[in-house]
Amino acid sequence: MTLAGTMGILATIVIIILLSVPMGSYLYRVFAGGSTWMDHVFHPVENVLYRLMGIHASSQMDWKSYIKSMLLVNFVMMLFAYLLFRLQGSLPLNPDGIKSMPWDLAFDTATSFITNTNWQNYAGEQSLSYLSQMLGITYLQFTSAATGFVAAIAFLRALVNNKSRWIGNFWADFVKIHTRVLLPLATVLAIVFVGLGLPETLAGAARVHTLSGLLQTISRGPVASLEAIKQLGTNGGGFFNANSAHPFEDPSALTSVLEIIAMGLIPMALITTFGMFIKNRRQALILYVFLTGVLLVGTFVIYSSEASGNPLIGHALGIYGPNMEGKEMRFGPALSSMFTGATTAFTTGAVNTMHDSLTPLGGFIPMLFMMFNVIFGGKGVGLLNILMYLIIAVFLSGLMVGRTPEIFGKKIEAREIKLATLALLVHPFIILVPTAIALVTKAGTSSILNPGLHGLSEVLYAFTSVAANNGSAFAGLNGNTIFYNLMLGVVMLVGRYVSIIAMFAMAGSLAEKSIIPESVGTLRTDTWSFGGVFLAVVIIVGALTFFPALSVGPIAEYFHMWIG
Amino acid sequence: MAASAKQSVSGDIVRGALLASFSKMDPRIMVKNPVMFVVEIGFVITLVLTFFPDEFGGNYGPHEWIFNLIVTIILLITVLFGNFAEAIAEGRGKAQAEALRKTKTDLTAQRVKADGTYEIVAASMLKKGDIVRVEALQMIPVDGEVLQGLGSVDESAITGESAPVIRGAGGDFSSVTGGTKLLSDELIIKATVDPGESFLDKMIGLVEGASRQKTPNELALSVLLAGLTMIFLIVVVTLEPLAHYVHGSIDVATLIALLVCLIPTTIGALLSAIGIAGMDRVIRFNVIAKSGKAVEAAGDVNTLILDKTGTITIGNRLASEFVPVGIHQQEELVEVAVMASLFDETPEGRSIVTLGKEFGVTKARESYHDAENIEFSADTRMSGMDLADGMAYRKGAVDAIKKYVNNHGGQIYPDLDEKTDRIAREGGTPLAVVKNSELFGLIYLKDIVKPGMRERFDELRKMGIKTVMCTGDNPLTAATIALEAGVDNFIAEAKPEDKMRLIKEEQASGKLVAMSGDGTNDAPALAQADVGLAMNTGTTAAKEAGNMVDLDSDPTKLIGVVSIGKQLLITRGAITTFSIANDVAKYFAIIPAMFAQVVPELRALNIMFLTNSKSAILSALIFNALIIPFLIPLAMRGVKYRPMNATSLLMRNIFIYGFGGVITPFIGIKVIDMIITWLGVAHL
Repeated sequence: MTLAGTMGILATIVIIILLSVPMGSYLYRVFAGGSTWMDHVFHPVENVLYRLMGIHASSQMDWKSYIKSMLLVNFVMMLFAYLLFRLQGSLPLNPDGIKSMPWDLAFDTATSFITNTNWQNYAGEQSLSYLSQMLGITYLQFTSAATGFVAAIAFLRALVNNKSRWIGNFWADFVKIHTRVLLPLATVLAIVFVGLGLPETLAGAARVHTLSGLLQTISRGPVASLEAIKQLGTNGGGFFNANSAHPFEDPSALTSVLEIIAMGLIPMALITTFGMFIKNRRQALILYVFLTGVLLVGTFVIYSSEASGNPLIGHALGIYGPNMEGKEMRFGPALSSMFTGATTAFTTGAVNTMHDSLTPLGGFIPMLFMMFNVIFGGKGVGLLNILMYLIIAVFLSGLMVGRTPEIFGKKIEAREIKLATLALLVHPFIILVPTAIALVTKAGTSSILNPGLHGLSEVLYAFTSVAANNGSAFAGLNGNTIFYNLMLGVVMLVGRYVSIIAMFAMAGSLAEKSIIPESVGTLRTDTWSFGGVFLAVVIIVGALTFFPALSVGPIAEYFHMWIG
Repeated sequence: MAASAKQSVSGDIVRGALLASFSKMDPRIMVKNPVMFVVEIGFVITLVLTFFPDEFGGNYGPHEWIFNLIVTIILLITVLFGNFAEAIAEGRGKAQAEALRKTKTDLTAQRVKADGTYEIVAASMLKKGDIVRVEALQMIPVDGEVLQGLGSVDESAITGESAPVIRGAGGDFSSVTGGTKLLSDELIIKATVDPGESFLDKMIGLVEGASRQKTPNELALSVLLAGLTMIFLIVVVTLEPLAHYVHGSIDVATLIALLVCLIPTTIGALLSAIGIAGMDRVIRFNVIAKSGKAVEAAGDVNTLILDKTGTITIGNRLASEFVPVGIHQQEELVEVAVMASLFDETPEGRSIVTLGKEFGVTKARESYHDAENIEFSADTRMSGMDLADGMAYRKGAVDAIKKYVNNHGGQIYPDLDEKTDRIAREGGTPLAVVKNSELFGLIYLKDIVKPGMRERFDELRKMGIKTVMCTGDNPLTAATIALEAGVDNFIAEAKPEDKMRLIKEEQASGKLVAMSGDGTNDAPALAQADVGLAMNTGTTAAKEAGNMVDLDSDPTKLIGVVSIGKQLLITRGAITTFSIANDVAKYFAIIPAMFAQVVPELRALNIMFLTNSKSAILSALIFNALIIPFLIPLAMRGVKYRPMNATSLLMRNIFIYGFGGVITPFIGIKVIDMIITWLGVAHL
């Protein structure tokens, strides 16, 4: 580890935090009915859109109609993307003559992008036409981020409602997140990216003669625009197979830092928004501190593990120093570690380094972050997971102060616990059960390229990644088989929608509860002590679940490398 | 076992509980407790494996059945410990119910027939509306209202209080309870309940736990525990494929051992015992809660509405000061005041004599045996004494005494009105004192706040509970008492509707309200309140409306009930936290042991240096079983509740049960490992 590397990591996180606070407060004003300085620009645009789509923006929905609209829109979009991928070979904007996708891969890809996972069982430059990249991939990268975001906003509204079932209008929220947040931000970022060297063109792959006289095909396309929303929307699905390790997606250290900032901005900002919704900035501060703490600790574990390298290589080959396998020289260990930590904490899934080549501990942390699924987490759904753990932490600690537990003035009763438990249960279920199935079936094991402990880690990583709707991968697993396309697709759908529906049902029941005024007997959740309890619950309930599986995977690999 | 648990658990209860531990193994009963049901299923599977080690595949060594047998036995014991905890909690209630039932059997009643004659019927035949006659020294056969007569009743069977109480027709003392004994006179009673619904029946049901339903909070916790059990079931079931992939195999008994260690068996085993013991504590506090829900609600109360008279103050006004007027000195006034009160038997009168003693004035009644006592009357509004030598002492309402002085040609000092006003302003009652025609001064009668009330209200404030005092007094008087007692708020000149309005207001803002009451006019408010504590001396209507009945009729016990409610939740939370925190150590014991053959590198995780795989698994499992009986006394007694702010309380309990829950099993498992290694079990 170097001083420069350490300072760089710290500086990046400080920048994200500093930007997230005004961003969060902007989001609050947009979605809590406040006014912003851009209103006179946005209002007319939105009104035209509302009129075109027949939306009555001021009419209110209860949780059921809100989620029904949300699921319907998601289903239609997914169907649209599926058909697009299936038919892209005969559609325009296909200069490189790419063929249509087979059904299973099209299903996996459509699922992957509608769920904000962006798991890619294909190589973008070989399997997607420009039309698919723009209308399938980039489009869904906007809407899936928007879906997660409005779900979180609706939940927050429910949380502060006093005996009212109305939690806003899905259509209006869905339009506003696009017009006021994602489109402007992505446009600005895309232009910056173009300036920093990312291509943005509809021309087909370039064919050039190299100095040695050989013919080389250089893939390109509308990259910058995809790259912007890929990070801002915590999506992670790259234009190229190599994702952000590709020089056209992430040409320099500067673009890499920008991408990290872009992926962290909105998940962190939502914590500020949350604090403003519940009128308790201290609560936001506590969450900031504890979550940033975990993010930093994890990032530095990766960094120190990568910087120490692999002792076995040292013994065998006499090569010492950092583990550079799978890393880009232009990023180095510090920036690669930061990117790895951030992309799994914010469940983006973009990679600028090959996670499969990380040291055991370096690969352990990203898996752990995705198993937690609450270190800020993905757009919107991260906040929902944080709230789910808060509810379980409040329930346990509320009992210990002798009152029926309440969160922000709302009583937590059997119904809330039932739904929180369901949301909690889903995550280990869809990670461990499919992993087990993959490991005992021929269809599952035949895709594993590295046998032994690491092969197990690869499968575990894959299912963890899709369950957390992250999308990053340990390479070394051939995912493009009917078995994996279907298994991964189903896990993504369950991981995304079951917990959102459970949390929405909880929102419905919380919304109609009255707010109990605070007294000294009320357990305050905005204290350092409670922050500690929250973290302990996340670690004990969230991570210990995976301890046995992790011990056979990365933990065993770690001991194998250092002791064995 | 701790001393407090020992006191109330007799040998009989323990023997009964031991038997019940086995009979509760019936799967139809066990299934109600999903956590322990999983343990029972595990027990059945390992039992099969003991006799047929190869039943579920795998190739085991020749001595595998011994290990399986030991696991089977430990699992059985775990289940039995859980059942025992529940049975012993129930046992205490059953013993109490048995005693109550004895008072109920063989009761007969003299029922009034249509023609006015009596017939003897069994008490169990009495229906609502039947009229019965009870003579002195007979048992009252049924709950009812007294229609005629007045008599003293021994209610010790219900309340444990040996002093008899007066029951009579009309007013707030007309309700009688079946199973109590009439000591004098004769009562005509109208039955107000049908067979099987009497107070005694309800009480028996309650203490027996027969009508026990899971409370909302208990239900929520059960859901969470079942969820955690499911999660660990997934964890364990998927382990075998993982091991299989790295060319190993984990035997089924070990997987079951890991599962049982990870699922929250400690709280699963003790959960219902905690609930039963909580209700039992309420009963031993001489309060009958009609449901566990009411007790839990008590722990959540935000606002406590208390009547002033009898609850906050002693109920009678007592002399607290002598205020001389005009030219008179305090000593003269005290002398005259004591003389005027010498034969006064009212509490006020006696308090004047007592206060006089403090000023050094002692008069013996015997010296004035020829004096004539003048009783208080509503007409004269004064009382006193006339001596044989013609001296007349009087004390009474100031305006009445003024008139008296004027009539006798005495003088009204100018400072009298001013001093009278001061006393009235401060909430006291002034009594003027006169000897013949000379006015000496005033006695300051004051509402006395019960000793210790201030401290109790301070405690309540620390718990975050607001107290509101209700009184019929004028606002000035009310403010004075409120300040002195340290309540947060008061309603003066309160009518029953005001109480109702206050409750609704508080509830509208989301608060939970508790109140106590005894009169029929309190009934609607008792029913509206989230916790309504009715006094046993109160009317049937009040007792029906409230969700708790205090057998001692002490309204201040509302505060104790709040503590019990909180204690119930804290105990649940503490043991749950402890149970979950235990998992950390168990992982470190079992994971390296489990993968010893498959992934030998994992021995680095054996940070407790346990002897070998088998001893590690057995130690964790034995610890898991033994912790249940260790915690039974805590479950029965409850975690002590200390009034303090919620965050400090949380930190305190997290430190003890969370942090302690992480550390304890590390020590416990290591110790057990050393013992079984020494016993040679590890190398079987």
